[in-house]
Parts: sequence; C-alpha cells; structure tokens
Amino acid sequence: MQNRRPPNLIAWLQAGPMMLIFALFFLLPLMFVFIVSFWNYNDYEMIPAFTLRGYTDSFQGCIAKLPNLCTLFATYWKTVQLCFLVWLLTLLIGFTIAYFLAFHVRSRTWQIALSLLCTIPFWTSNVIRMIAWIPLLGRNGLVNQGLLGLGLAQQPQEWLLYSQFSVVLALVHLFTFFMIVPIFNSMVRIDRSLIEAAYDAGASGWQTLWNVVIPLCKPGIVIGSIFVVTIVMGDFITVGVMGGQQIASAGKLIETRLNALQFPPAAANAVLLLGFTALIIAVLSRLVDVRKEL
Amino acid sequence: MHEGRSRSFYALAAFFGAYVLFLYGPMIAIFILSFQGPSGGLTFPMNGVSLHWFERVFAGNGTVDIGSAFLRSLRLGLTVMLLTVVVSVAAGMSFRKRFAGSSILFYTAIASLIVPSIVTSLGISLEFHIIDSAVQKYLSKSWQTGMGLFTSGLGAHLTWTLPFGLLIMFAIFNRFDGRLEEAARDLGASPWQTFRYVVLPIILPSVVGIGLFGFTLSWDELARSSQTIGAVNTLPLELQGLTTTVTKPDIYALGTLTTAVSFLVIAACLAAILLLQWRQGRRGSDAGKGLV
Repeated sequence: MQNRRPPNLIAWLQAGPMMLIFALFFLLPLMFVFIVSFWNYNDYEMIPAFTLRGYTDSFQGCIAKLPNLCTLFATYWKTVQLCFLVWLLTLLIGFTIAYFLAFHVRSRTWQIALSLLCTIPFWTSNVIRMIAWIPLLGRNGLVNQGLLGLGLAQQPQEWLLYSQFSVVLALVHLFTFFMIVPIFNSMVRIDRSLIEAAYDAGASGWQTLWNVVIPLCKPGIVIGSIFVVTIVMGDFITVGVMGGQQIASAGKLIETRLNALQFPPAAANAVLLLGFTALIIAVLSRLVDVRKEL
Repeated sequence: MHEGRSRSFYALAAFFGAYVLFLYGPMIAIFILSFQGPSGGLTFPMNGVSLHWFERVFAGNGTVDIGSAFLRSLRLGLTVMLLTVVVSVAAGMSFRKRFAGSSILFYTAIASLIVPSIVTSLGISLEFHIIDSAVQKYLSKSWQTGMGLFTSGLGAHLTWTLPFGLLIMFAIFNRFDGRLEEAARDLGASPWQTFRYVVLPIILPSVVGIGLFGFTLSWDELARSSQTIGAVNTLPLELQGLTTTVTKPDIYALGTLTTAVSFLVIAACLAAILLLQWRQGRRGSDAGKGLV
C-alpha cells in the first residue's frame, strides 16, 4: 500500500477556494449588514455606536398611524401582493410548460432543443428584456396602435407601461424559467408506469394530474416557488425600470436609503427583508428536503 | 399507449408556442427597431432602415463611455467564468467524499443563491467601507478604497455564479458511474491521472456549461453590481442608467449589441458541448455492448 494523505484533507483543499469566497463575500458581508443595522449615522457617514435608530426610523409611524398602515407595512403588504400574483402566474405557466416538455415531447432530441429554447433568454440581459417591452406597451407602442386601429380604445392606454401591470408582466417574463426547471426536473423522474396504472384504474386525465402528477411534482414546485418568491421580494430593478421608478417595493426601500447614503437604516431594512424571506422559505421548505432533489 | 397525438397535445403545444413568442417577441422587436432610420423613434413604424444608431453607439454618443464599459464587462465576465469553472469543479469533486463542513458549504451556496441580491450587495459594500476606514485610520492616511471591479465587484459576481456551478456539478456526479474511477485506480492511475484522463473528459461538456453560466450571469449581472462596483460602471449598469434618460433608439442598438455578445457566447458553448459529446460518442469503446 502506498502512503496516502487522509482523504478529508484533500476534500478540504478542493472545497477550500469556494468556502473562502463565500466566507469573504457572503457570510462576512451578511454579518456586517447585521452589525451596521445597529449603528448610528449622520448626513454623510455611519457612526459605530449602538443604537436602534435604523429600526425606529424604518418603523416610523407604525404604531401612531394605526389603524392605517405606515410606509414600511404598506410597502411590504404591496410587495407581498405582487409576490403572490407573480408566484401564481409563474407557477401556472411554468407547470404547463414543464408538463408539455416532460410528458408530450417524446423524442429526447426535441426535449433538449425545446428546453434550450426556454433557457436561452435566461442567459441574456434582464435589462434588455425589460427595455424590450417599451416598443410594445408604450404610448405609441404596438399594442396601443392595435387597440386604436381595431377601435377597441378611443385613446392610448397609459396603464400598459410604467404601471403595476408592466411590473407583473416583466417579472413573469423574466422568472418563469425558475419554475420550469425544477418542476420539469421532478416530472422526468416520475415513473411512467404510475401514470399508466392510474389510467388503468379508471382515472380521468384531470384526476391523474391532480392525484398523481402534482403530488409527485411537489418538490419541484416548492423549489421553484422559493426562487420566485425570494427574487420578487428582494427585487428593486424590475420594479424600478418597469414601474417608472414610481412603485414602492421592499427592495426599493433599501435602494432609496442607499441612494441617500444612509447605510444603517438600509442595513436595518435589509435585516427585515432577510428575516421576512427566511420566514417564507422556512414555511415552504418544511414541505420538502431540498438536497434530495438534485 | 396512445398512437396518434391527443387533443391535449395540440392545446399544450399551442400554449408552448405562445410562451415562446412571449419570451422572444419583445426581444425581436428591439432588434428590428435598432435598425431604425435616423429620424425614427422608440416605437414602430420604422422610418427607413439604417445603421445610424449603431454608429452613434460606437461614436460614444457623448453621454457615457460605452466602449470602456463594454470592455470592463467583458474582462470581468471572462475572469468570473474562469474562476467559476475552476472553483466549482474543485468543490464538486470534494463533495464526492464525506468531509466535515460539507453540508455547511452546501447550504451556504444555496443561501447565496436565494438571499436577495441587494442584501448581499449592501453587505459587500459595507464590508469594504469598514475595511477602508480601518486602513485609513491605522495604516495609511492616503488610502482611498479597496472597492473595485476586480475586488468587491468580482466577489459579488462569484456569490451569484458559484452556486449555479456547484449545482451543475451535483447534477453531473449524481449521474456519474463511480466504477470508472475504480477501474482507473485498479489499473494504477494516480488520483490526478484518474481525474485528468478519466473524470474530466467525461464531465467536460457539462463543465463548458458551467463556463456558459459563469460568463452570461456575470455579463448581465445588475443587482449585485449596483453597490459593489466602485467608481466605474459595467455595461448593464450603464444600460439601466440609460433607461431613464434616453429617448432615442440608440439604447436598442446597444441592447442588440449586448445580446449579440450573449448569443455568440451561448452558440460557442453549445457548439463546444455538441462537439465534445460527438467526440465522446466516436471515441468511446464498444466494449460490453454485445453483452446486453
């Protein structure tokens, strides 16, 4: 037997660079967010002295204004509504697309080609995919031209762009991909004989879908939901660009503070956002063991 | 099972077609509009066809220096790609053995993927601010900042690309036949030889895929860059800035150029993957095929 180094050491060396990068650029920064959220600040710098000012500033008016909602609660409530709508749409579209790819496309080559077709936009720029809606939805855009041409509208519709509608549209456009992949991944693992058994036992197409396919896709649905929900909760770019910088969201609260160079309240807001998303993930991941699904 | 196609197939195929149109339609619209005539605007109809707006982008347009933003993003993207491939493959290999801390690393990677980008970005920015003021206070009065494209910016991008790299490595090794390595070891290969001549050639197509994710995710990255890039801007940041100010189709021309780079990289990677798979198929031994 040749003398071997312990395998554990080699594994550590192999994993080392990744651990180091995550420690320096992810774990340590998260710690700083937490610490700085308890710091004081003035107009141009942060002051390392313990205070709850970052939080009290954020929660300003939350008790005084009751029963009305303060800015923070109102913004979170709005973001949660946006999140729910985008989640529902991406789930319905993503599930249908994944179902088509997994069960109706029979040849492996076609399956790969059509999956690629859905994936390629993910590798291109999100900003450009947002800008791309302008010529369609703008005041003189194709949709308005069409509506006016067909006589369906008397004047150009303003709610198409820089509105809640365009934000939802763009988010669904950008992030349905995150639903399709995990759901598809769950679907291709379903043993086909189970579905045949359901048919043989007299189940209709819908019954098979509801009682066999959907329960077996649950892990994929949960993973996709975690992705979509966390992205939308923290989003400030899509909401900014597609909302014409007029719509508030949990992510934009942080951005506004940052633009004013108020780091401690920005950090406090980041901690709140993190806590809120962690809560959602905790609830969702109760339903599934993520690591088993890769 | 069923012979012909069912009715639900046609309904779903139509839905899929509509989805693909939804995905690509808007992009195609801006590609067409980027060739708008000099007097044309941001929307249809086309007022003639010209390369006017591309010329304006290349001429620099006076407002922002697109050329250097382009090169910055390219250099950063290539660096991120290289690091993502090397670091992910190494870490992926480590997960084939049991080691202390493996599940911490795994969950950290997952967390890095789903913690909102703005939180990570803010954290890195705070980290560098605090380091900067510590250096100014204790080491050098003339110190400006450690923040920059290849320090904080690079780190921020890696927190986004590495989780994808690691997940792809997991997917590879879940389908990898470990007996191939055992065979190599039995024939006297060293661990490095086993990796270099057995494992790497088999996983190479997927490793190209990791590179594809590494480059494209960095090339288009916006949220994590927003607080961490320092004084200069990457191309997506310039583009985002333009969305609020530009009223002419040069933004479409710039978008078309950026997307063209993405498509070139995607096509090159897919071609490389196909070529590698084809070579594997051609060179692969047919030993054992007669037995089944």
